[in-house]
Amino acid sequence: MAVYPNDHIQKAAAFFTKEIDRLSKRPVRLMEVCGTHTVAIFKAGIRNLLPEQVELVSGPGCPVCVTPSSYLDTAIAYSRQKGVIITTFGDMLRVPGAKSTLSEQRAAGADIRIVYSPLECIDIAKNNPMKKVVFLAVGFETTAPVAAATIIAAENASVKNFFVLSAHKRVPPALKMLLANGDVNVDGFLLPGHVCAITGESPYHFLAEQYHIPAVVTGFSAIDILQAIYTLVKQIETGEALVGNQYKQVVKPEGNPHASRILDQVYGKADAVWRGLGKIANSGLELRSNYTSFDITNDMPIDVPNQPEHSACRCGEVLRGKITPRECLLFGKTCTPEQPVGACMVSVEGTCAAWHRYGTWRWQG
Amino acid sequence: MCLAVPAQIISRDEMLALVDMDGIQRSVSVMLLPDVKQGDFVLVHAGFAMQLIDEKEAEFTMGLLKELAEHGSLPE
Repeated sequence: MAVYPNDHIQKAAAFFTKEIDRLSKRPVRLMEVCGTHTVAIFKAGIRNLLPEQVELVSGPGCPVCVTPSSYLDTAIAYSRQKGVIITTFGDMLRVPGAKSTLSEQRAAGADIRIVYSPLECIDIAKNNPMKKVVFLAVGFETTAPVAAATIIAAENASVKNFFVLSAHKRVPPALKMLLANGDVNVDGFLLPGHVCAITGESPYHFLAEQYHIPAVVTGFSAIDILQAIYTLVKQIETGEALVGNQYKQVVKPEGNPHASRILDQVYGKADAVWRGLGKIANSGLELRSNYTSFDITNDMPIDVPNQPEHSACRCGEVLRGKITPRECLLFGKTCTPEQPVGACMVSVEGTCAAWHRYGTWRWQG
Repeated sequence: MCLAVPAQIISRDEMLALVDMDGIQRSVSVMLLPDVKQGDFVLVHAGFAMQLIDEKEAEFTMGLLKELAEHGSLPE
């Protein structure tokens, strides 16, 4: 597989940085939608390479961050039920519900297991036939097909004690909502490469067509991101607005049609609640009628009281790119990666966590 | 959460494939990418091969970077 030689990368990075500087005539705000991009941007120090007038803001593209605390409260309630094993990706463990976290429940004796792949849940279910195994199905279009395929695999293997607690979400409706509300003032988007690996780029054409905002699907290396910023700045300065793809080695125009078909077989579109953003039409996925037997909320309905989220936490405004984490009174004080109050501080891909870990806020006073 | 890593298919058996992930061998599902074959490079996420990595496109990108490094400009 192709490996970029270091000297080419350095020279290319210098070229893109210089060109961005030369082309930028006015202040622009670019939103990186994906949490993995947020971390890559901080790790590579890209903010420091950009001229002052090019501002990068983070969007709602961290699935852990946008999972509402009511979902965590429900997951915690199931973890307290006798005969239930909760399985989850590791990054959900410390996300705060209204009063507790899965991590605290595990310390108190709940059977909560971290899995690398949901396929592991099928073996756990086979090995624990008297228990119900509940997978916390969270994630965007990259991850949702994985859960859908696991459900099909469980059905094919006649595993009856595997369930999901589903909170999958779709990225485009969230961006549409942000723009329709006039909530964000963004001149260009860096689009999530791995989400687009499944969906292709066409679900984002509305950005250029309806809002005349350019967008680029991009990868996760520093050079990928710098090149994408260069392309966006160039378009903004010439008044163009196109949705481009700079991650063609992975993102095909049609995405992964097979994965999309499997997703569509198991899940249909539904409204969904996003932490900090509220309910967004058609932004979620719910199990289709043929698969509702895999929904734990059907198999074992449970009443979870609705609790308000922490009132001072400003994750919602951070996710909309309206404020930087530093503008939240809790940031770095009562809310730290060690003691997070909001989900944006918990997830390694969260904007607040990235600012806390890599930001220069400490030295700016 | 959407993190994905490149891997090369070493062998496959029905819907499972053995892949090499930067020197580590792992079994991944190819349910979402059923047409892959031995030798292919794929992107792996949460134990599933998600998409084929197009080597020609990767080489094309590398070619652009090389051109940029040598001539200091991108072809229009």
